[in-house]
Amino acid sequence: MNNEHRPYTLIAELTYRCPLHCPYCSNPLDFAEHGNEIDADTWLRVFHEAEELGVVQLNLTGGEPLLRDDLELLVEGARKLDLYTNLITSGIPLTSQRLSRLRALGLDSVQISIQSTRRSVADRIAGAPSFNRKLDAMRWATSLEIPLTVNVVLHRENISEIEELIALAECVSADRLELANTQYLGWALKNRAALLPTREQIERARTVAAEAKARLRGSMEVLFVTPDYYTDHPKSCMEGWGRRFIVVNPEGLALPCHLAHTIPGLRFEHVTQRRLSDIWHHSAGFNRFRGNEWLPDPCRTCERRVLDFGGCRCQAFHLSGDAGMPDPACSLAPGHDVIESARTQADRTAGIPVLFEYRTGRGRSSR
Amino acid sequence: MTLAAVRPRLNPKVRLRFDRRTGRHLLLYPETGLELNDTATAIARLCTGEKTIDDMVDHLTGTYADASPGEIRRAVHEFLGVLADRGLLQGAT
Ligand code: SF4
Ligand code: SF4
Repeated sequence: MNNEHRPYTLIAELTYRCPLHCPYCSNPLDFAEHGNEIDADTWLRVFHEAEELGVVQLNLTGGEPLLRDDLELLVEGARKLDLYTNLITSGIPLTSQRLSRLRALGLDSVQISIQSTRRSVADRIAGAPSFNRKLDAMRWATSLEIPLTVNVVLHRENISEIEELIALAECVSADRLELANTQYLGWALKNRAALLPTREQIERARTVAAEAKARLRGSMEVLFVTPDYYTDHPKSCMEGWGRRFIVVNPEGLALPCHLAHTIPGLRFEHVTQRRLSDIWHHSAGFNRFRGNEWLPDPCRTCERRVLDFGGCRCQAFHLSGDAGMPDPACSLAPGHDVIESARTQADRTAGIPVLFEYRTGRGRSSR
Repeated sequence: MTLAAVRPRLNPKVRLRFDRRTGRHLLLYPETGLELNDTATAIARLCTGEKTIDDMVDHLTGTYADASPGEIRRAVHEFLGVLADRGLLQGAT
């Protein structure tokens, strides 16, 4: 069977609601205007259909997935399908009892984000008091022996804390530490001037992370994701459009990535209206940027196209106005000057705090 | 601690799962996984914390009659190295 377009991971965005207000949130800017959340029965059917398509990993995310009080049902259902289930959470609101219950029902691992190692900074970035509760959640995970990933979204306000962030992850006995530089889309693009670090800051952080990675090999995995604004080559966004990942958003829209529905003119479909395998194989939106035929110049003849597939379609659209262009993060792309000027601005404003525009709006629930 | 005394055990975060689509086994862990060939699957199954590396080689020599003990030992070392590098092993002694 052809594995070229086989999804391995389902990203289930259970809700856009969240008690925090991170200025780099990957939810769409208009998340509050989206329709009602799909119910647990629909999710369980989606898990089943995803597993039939080849999915083996399930990421339960949001918004804040803990706000769904049927999360237990979903974890239990996922385990019956033998999916490897990761809960991706801010850690709020959580109790050790609930975490223990989720574990007993089959939760395989938990990823908890933290904004900074300093309480005041962390709470300011999250836009709500949350630091202490996050640390509690991390400790509960460790004491319940649930594999823990600590996730930090890096930007200019916390990137200088890299040593402390590594120490914090070691201190809570994390199994993995994800030092992921902000992806400048959605809320993060709106806040880019306040978030984008300088090249110097990135280089320093990368060196420290590489040392930690070598030192901790075998006990804690350290992952450092360089921002594509400084790599000169784009990321292989989602490992290729409609190739390895399916995102299903809170209202049941099936997507190749978190923000694909922000690209105008693409048609995506709801899991309530069509089987997931039909959507995956046949929907216009999923097929739009698959394979090589759609590739623009200079990607068409570039050797790197098998590695990055021309980069991120959402970034191409949001920075150049055309989702069919090469990702401007590429130094060969016609629109690359926008990346260069963002870098220049980061240098010019180094050390000067810029105000965040916090993620706001409520997000709708099904109840 | 010498290598001979180590009794490798898969990290509890790891799940071995059969993949209907390829007929192979997958070793799943947070965010990703490894696709195993038959030998690797057989080795992974022996990582229970009870067997030493010598025990594992003996056991596999019985199963794979067409490979020499030397080849099997090399395969075991290599695959355990892959697992250890990714933090997927706990060595009990
Ligand atoms: S990034 Fe922040 S605001 Fe967005 S869902 Fe995650 S915790 Fe909530
Ligand atoms: S030209 Fe296209 S394929 Fe080549 S590196 Fe740039 S984005 Fe990737």
